[in-house]
Amino acid sequence: MVAAVAGIEGTASLSAAEADVTRDAARRLDVVFRGGAGVFSVLVLLIAWEVFARSGRVTAFMLPPFSAVAERIYSDAASGDLWINLGLTLYRAMAGFVIAAVGGIALGALMSRNRLIRWFFDPIISVGFPMPKIAFLPVIILWLGLYDVSKISIVVFDAIFPVVTATLAGIASVDKELIWSALNMGASEREVMWQIKLPAALPQILTGLQVALPISLIVAIIAEMVMGGYGLGGAMMSASRFADSRGVFAGIVEIAIVGYALIKAMAVLRRRLLVWHQETAEHG
Amino acid sequence: MQGMTQTGFRYLPLVLLALGWEAVARLNIIDSQALPPLTHIATAWVDLVRDGELVDNGASSLYRGSMGLLLAVVVGGSLGILMARWRLLDVFVNPLVELFYPLPKSALIPVTVLWLGFGDGSKILLIFLGCMIPVTIGAYNGARGSDQALVWSARSMGANRLRLLWDVVVPSALPELLNGIRTALALAFILLVSSELIVSQQGFGYLIGYLGSTGAYEGMYAVVLTVAFLGFAADRLYQLLMQWLLQWRE
Repeated sequence: MVAAVAGIEGTASLSAAEADVTRDAARRLDVVFRGGAGVFSVLVLLIAWEVFARSGRVTAFMLPPFSAVAERIYSDAASGDLWINLGLTLYRAMAGFVIAAVGGIALGALMSRNRLIRWFFDPIISVGFPMPKIAFLPVIILWLGLYDVSKISIVVFDAIFPVVTATLAGIASVDKELIWSALNMGASEREVMWQIKLPAALPQILTGLQVALPISLIVAIIAEMVMGGYGLGGAMMSASRFADSRGVFAGIVEIAIVGYALIKAMAVLRRRLLVWHQETAEHG
Repeated sequence: MQGMTQTGFRYLPLVLLALGWEAVARLNIIDSQALPPLTHIATAWVDLVRDGELVDNGASSLYRGSMGLLLAVVVGGSLGILMARWRLLDVFVNPLVELFYPLPKSALIPVTVLWLGFGDGSKILLIFLGCMIPVTIGAYNGARGSDQALVWSARSMGANRLRLLWDVVVPSALPELLNGIRTALALAFILLVSSELIVSQQGFGYLIGYLGSTGAYEGMYAVVLTVAFLGFAADRLYQLLMQWLLQWRE
């Protein structure tokens, strides 16, 4: 009887495993199909761009052919301009992002522990989050001038809000029993924060960072456009002023690639950091 | 009464911040050019309203913002729902959405200027293009999550495709669609103000830049704070609208 039950369970789990294998294969096929369709769509878009630009229905000023834009990017890369602009934009965006990340997590953690700090910052965060903070850019220029400091400051000012709210929400949703049992076993407040609250809140904190990252890039580029000078945004603006439409479109393509690469890198980082979390197991 | 004291206590830090601002500016701890007292900013605001500058520029900003956002909601929402219901469209359009989703939308500013110049058209196009993607993604995720059993039972009761979309798929996509629109609303403000700051002869952003370049910093602060407040108020009003629209979901 026991053996029979075990046997039934055995076949049940075997057929479940088989089902898993087929589902896996189907999913893999779907991924390949979708990946292929993805490459195909992008190729179609580029070819359509090239054909439409050469068809004579638009002037080369309105839409230069993709090949001309690619050539421009290549010559910018060869002359080194591209790397200077790219490096500066990335430096400004990432410096702002890192400061916002560290500062935002620290502020969120402090707010969750200290009632006075929470009381003070809570209304500031909830009123400040939905504000278009980019409107303060001229004020920041007035204070800090047209240097990197002001560009990085506006990035921090814009990117810190989602990090703080995500950290607060993440820490608030940590299982209370985990915290109690750790305290019971003699863990200090600091240990509970570093070893329980922050790791358990990590998925939500990372979501906050994933919101903050594109904001950092958007704002860094706007700041460069407003202030001029080197950087991808500044280069696009001066191209636009000199009616150099190839330069403008080259800028779009470069910025699009940077944005895509950064967001993919962030997704990879998330999976790496959350290897232990069930979220990764479900998707992996 | 107690509720009011509680709200007052909650927002007291903002009042303290304003008082601190006023004190720092009055005591000249920071150069009063760089940080004028709030009371002076309020006077400058009244002047700007009285001579019509704030109202005129605000009207043109609001027109651009609402047109662009409206287009984004209509086109982006329909695209997202169609993608969720029609596999072929999904397979080929989704990669493009994924490609444009991470594009920092501010990069579109010079292109829209190239195409449509300095006026309303370029701003409306910019906001439309920038805000469409989050709306599309919201509608798509929402519509994909709609209950298949509901779709089947509606179909078995003889609903045609259009009715099915409108009566079953759209309502069930609504929560995520509305969230996507909320993101788009915030993005619309950012794109509007920054594009007006960079290239424009009208609008809030233009007025901020103009007042700043002529050294009228009190006026500049007044407009900056107005825009910040409008962005905040728009988000709060939109949240109320969302709650009202989602009432039926208990």
